[in-house]
Amino acid sequence: MLKRPFVPVLITIGLFALAFLAGSLRYNGFFSVQVLFNLLIDNAFLLIVAIGMTFVILSGGIDLSVGSVVALTTMLSASLVQEHGVPPYVVIPLVLLLGALFGCGMGAVIHYFRIQPFIVTLAGMFLARGLCYVISIQTITINDPFYTKMALTKIRFPDGSFISISVLIALIIFLLALYLAHFTRFGRNVYAIGGNEQSAILMGLPIARTKMLVYAFSGFCSALGGVVFTFYMLSGYGLHAVGLELDAIAAVVIGGTLLTGGVGYVAGTFFGVMIQGVIQTIITFEGTLSSWWTKIVIGLLLFLFILLQRILNAGSSSQKAM
Amino acid sequence: MTNKRPILEMHGIHKQFSGFVALNNVSFRLFPGEVHALMGENGAGKSTLIKVLTGVYTVDEGEILYDGKELRVANPYEAQEAGIATVYQEVNLCPNLSVAENIFIGREPLRFGRILWKEMNRRADELLRSRLHVNIDVTQPLGSYSVAIQQLVAIARALNISARILVLDEPTSSLDRHEVEQLFTVMRKLKEQGLAILFVTHFLDQVYEISDRITILRSGELVGEYMTSELPRIDLVMHMIGKDLQVLRQLTDRADRSASRSDEAFLEAKGLGRSRQVEDFDLTIHRGEIIGFAGLLGSGRTEAARLLFGADRADRGYVKIAGGQRAVIDSPRHAIRQGIAFCSENRKTEGIIADLSVRENIILALQARRGWYRALSRKRQEEIADEYIRKININPKDPEIPVRNLSGGNQQKVLLARWLLLEPKLFILDEPTRGIDIGAKTEIQKLVLELSREGMAVLFISSELEEVIRVSDRIAVLRDRRLTKMMEQGEISQENVMKEIAGG
Amino acid sequence: MWTRISKHHLFWPLVALLVLLLFNAVYNPGFFSIRIQGGHLYGSLIDILNYGSPLMLVAIGMTLVIATGGIDLSVGSLVAISGAMACLMISRSADQNSLGAVLLAVALALGLSILLGFWNGLLVAGAGIQPIIATLILMVAGRGVAQLITSGQIITINSEPYRYIGMGWLAMLPFSIFIVAVVWLITAWITRKTALGMFIESVGANPTASRLAGIGSRTVLLTVYMFCALCSGIAGLIVSSNVSGADGNNAGLWFELDAILAVVIGGTALTGGRFYLSGTIVGALIIQTLTTTIYTIGVPPEITLVVKAIVVFAVCLIQSENFRGLFTSARRRRRLPADREVSRHA
Repeated sequence: MLKRPFVPVLITIGLFALAFLAGSLRYNGFFSVQVLFNLLIDNAFLLIVAIGMTFVILSGGIDLSVGSVVALTTMLSASLVQEHGVPPYVVIPLVLLLGALFGCGMGAVIHYFRIQPFIVTLAGMFLARGLCYVISIQTITINDPFYTKMALTKIRFPDGSFISISVLIALIIFLLALYLAHFTRFGRNVYAIGGNEQSAILMGLPIARTKMLVYAFSGFCSALGGVVFTFYMLSGYGLHAVGLELDAIAAVVIGGTLLTGGVGYVAGTFFGVMIQGVIQTIITFEGTLSSWWTKIVIGLLLFLFILLQRILNAGSSSQKAM
Repeated sequence: MTNKRPILEMHGIHKQFSGFVALNNVSFRLFPGEVHALMGENGAGKSTLIKVLTGVYTVDEGEILYDGKELRVANPYEAQEAGIATVYQEVNLCPNLSVAENIFIGREPLRFGRILWKEMNRRADELLRSRLHVNIDVTQPLGSYSVAIQQLVAIARALNISARILVLDEPTSSLDRHEVEQLFTVMRKLKEQGLAILFVTHFLDQVYEISDRITILRSGELVGEYMTSELPRIDLVMHMIGKDLQVLRQLTDRADRSASRSDEAFLEAKGLGRSRQVEDFDLTIHRGEIIGFAGLLGSGRTEAARLLFGADRADRGYVKIAGGQRAVIDSPRHAIRQGIAFCSENRKTEGIIADLSVRENIILALQARRGWYRALSRKRQEEIADEYIRKININPKDPEIPVRNLSGGNQQKVLLARWLLLEPKLFILDEPTRGIDIGAKTEIQKLVLELSREGMAVLFISSELEEVIRVSDRIAVLRDRRLTKMMEQGEISQENVMKEIAGG
Repeated sequence: MWTRISKHHLFWPLVALLVLLLFNAVYNPGFFSIRIQGGHLYGSLIDILNYGSPLMLVAIGMTLVIATGGIDLSVGSLVAISGAMACLMISRSADQNSLGAVLLAVALALGLSILLGFWNGLLVAGAGIQPIIATLILMVAGRGVAQLITSGQIITINSEPYRYIGMGWLAMLPFSIFIVAVVWLITAWITRKTALGMFIESVGANPTASRLAGIGSRTVLLTVYMFCALCSGIAGLIVSSNVSGADGNNAGLWFELDAILAVVIGGTALTGGRFYLSGTIVGALIIQTLTTTIYTIGVPPEITLVVKAIVVFAVCLIQSENFRGLFTSARRRRRLPADREVSRHA
């Protein structure tokens, strides 16, 4: 049963390898380091957001506000930089802090008022996106030199391939998340709460603090994802990242993390994001299929993984009854 | 073995909830280096006492002395910190984390904020090996191990926080014989090391096997503290069950039962059993007969009844209903169709639908049997509800009140009404008079007798011996999850039944 | 008498609705006016009913699902799929205006919806997967399916009979209002006149006890998910009829959230049990009126989101016991008789 928590992640990695191989066999020019790097470049923001989401889901909760916080971050950044002339080195830390505070607030409401995370983060989602529009209905284009520099900079490797700064940021967050999850008490407490909150309480773990931190971290990641998104899109817009939360949740689930919490790996999420990216790339290479096939395939993968999780845990009594 | 000074003393403990007294002037002592069994039937106050000790509740009156000093804990965490560790029946650990993590979580060894996994695993392994003689891979998730091992890990966690008192709350309920032995070996070792172990259990055999001292509670009061070696089994059972003879003298003695029992068997169960719940048993119930299930709590009575109703599916054996084919009853729906009804002992979680009205609760099973399309008209529902409210004397008389507003006794009556409405051929009643005032108790017992006179077969489960003896034609005695004896009419007496329950 | 009225489950929602309507009237004096033009009734109130009909339909279906203690996140996608299917069928037919073609298209679209509802129900009742997770799958994949049906295009059609669904008039009122009325009546009838309503409430309030009482929980669950999908399908027809086309991407966007909100405002608890169809209707009207109000004030419509957030927050706080506990004095926190006795056996 739970003796094989690695199984889903290994399956994910295998699927990714399989998909990449399939693409390489079918299309010319697919099998190159740059294609791989492009996956990272295009999905850096999703990776960051999904990492934050991983922790929330591991704790047994969910965060529907991530996409909206990304959008709000882009809007806030654009507005502050373009319309109020605030320098980027002030704006960026500020939005990151705000994202964290936003998340922390949601976490507090969830814990102290005992309202389901689904509802609270749903409200957060409405609120964040609404605030976007309060700032501006229209797109605000960013042409601040710092941002354009970040957008255009390529970090080159000896063989000619390159990645963007966003990828670097994403990888740093990824490593940080790995450390948090596996080498800090905070991380282990997250797993404990997700595994059995009642037990965690009885064992004397700091529930309130952990929960609020988890959502704060998710808020931080959403904001950081938003910052990376601004490098990518060079604009602030209320319709940015619509539906991102679903992509993030899908990445986490396909990455092998149980939606009920307590089981899963950050590394899995990494490959969950990569799978989404590779599917998208294959479809682009195919040319004839529209991108909406991505959604169907992701949905199918989601189904398969959920079924897999159910089967692997069929004997476990930790199933929450209907 | 025992030191002179107790490590724990509780004096004059008084705890009440909104007018209901859970513990009344209870005293309790625990010495280091002993296994002390805490026993009592349902409502005796056992769990309240434990909760008071472990910080879940605070006492109204009385004092708790821990190692001679007063103890005040406000929550389970503080109790833990003080050195009182509890291992609950549902092992309260995290199955998704590794064994070592479960032992150490909250206090993992750190260096500059970074968890030292190797060190943690090493220490966990050493702890399990040296003090508990358990040899497992501590890096595997806890959930991949059996409940028995998980319990030992829970104990290891307790030891790790340097507990001096270990409370084991019904630890053997989910264990098989071999695992129980393993646990007992560990307990003996820990005892030798000076730990004080408070062992809460229903299993008589185990109490006599492992404990040094026994404290018995009944109805929130202390009956007494005894040395295990000096307390005969029959006395133990008598103390636990008690004899409220004066009160019950008003009730009729065993009614003349010769008329109602027929020779026609309604249900024959052969070799029916389910792993870890109840061992294989045979049972034949005749029309018009009342069979009582007697035994202490945890003896397997409810588990056996649930198998007959299909609430749980039997692993082995079969039943024959009204001389028909061999069958396994696999769901309540199936059982109901066969004419079996089951009134559960957990009326709050398995009986009443709290939000729905009295009327809706009463007609629920009948409506379920009819199907969703053949709805009973509102008028008919009200007629039925009124009829049963009158018949069984449910109060208050308004059928539209949400059933959660009724007292426990009246909720029980609503449940009875629900099943009676189905006119079952076999009615299984699990603790139908628990928590009900004496007047209502008598009513229900009279009702049961009347039903059997009309030809209904009844399976009557109760912890109150008086009651079981009074209404039953035959009594099945269960002990430690086994049906040990079927007592016929001539054999039934208080003394005989108690002896059988006590065993040994 | 006042206590009886104020304790009625419809009381606060109706008050809220009234406040909103009055607010509108203050801002826009002609708000309550209804005029007749070309044999049809026009006015802001009519608009609210008309534009709110898809939401009301989805919310009705969602009410039953939530009553069983579950949730259906896929309704928005189902709206899109239904519209896409119908438009595709009509666009392929020889004569787009033939009633027969339209009826066939409608039947196919609704049939597909029910099938997808069966899928959801199968995952929940058969495989025992949590409703949030089970319906998430269709929520994600559903948009893709809708696009698949429309081959990635926005299909436009030109069919009078189909146009009637969303834009037609009957007895001076928009036809869509009648659709809602009929669905509401049928739902109310089925749930109250048959035992289905009671079974739904029972399963939602206490699944264990329901099973022991002999209720076939699986059938109940399958039914509600299929019904919810059907409602979404009908809503999808109205939505696509309104634009005489199918937009796989945008049709039904965020409907699930509005529907859940409507159900919750209407008094049905997210945890399941007692449900209130009339409450849901009022809840949906509140949301629709909210949108109208914001438009009337001249505030950009996107601000609706912020207001919705506040409303969600407020409703949940009120429903949260911990929050209410901050205001109730200890004296009033009586324990019900049965609780006392139950704790005895804890």
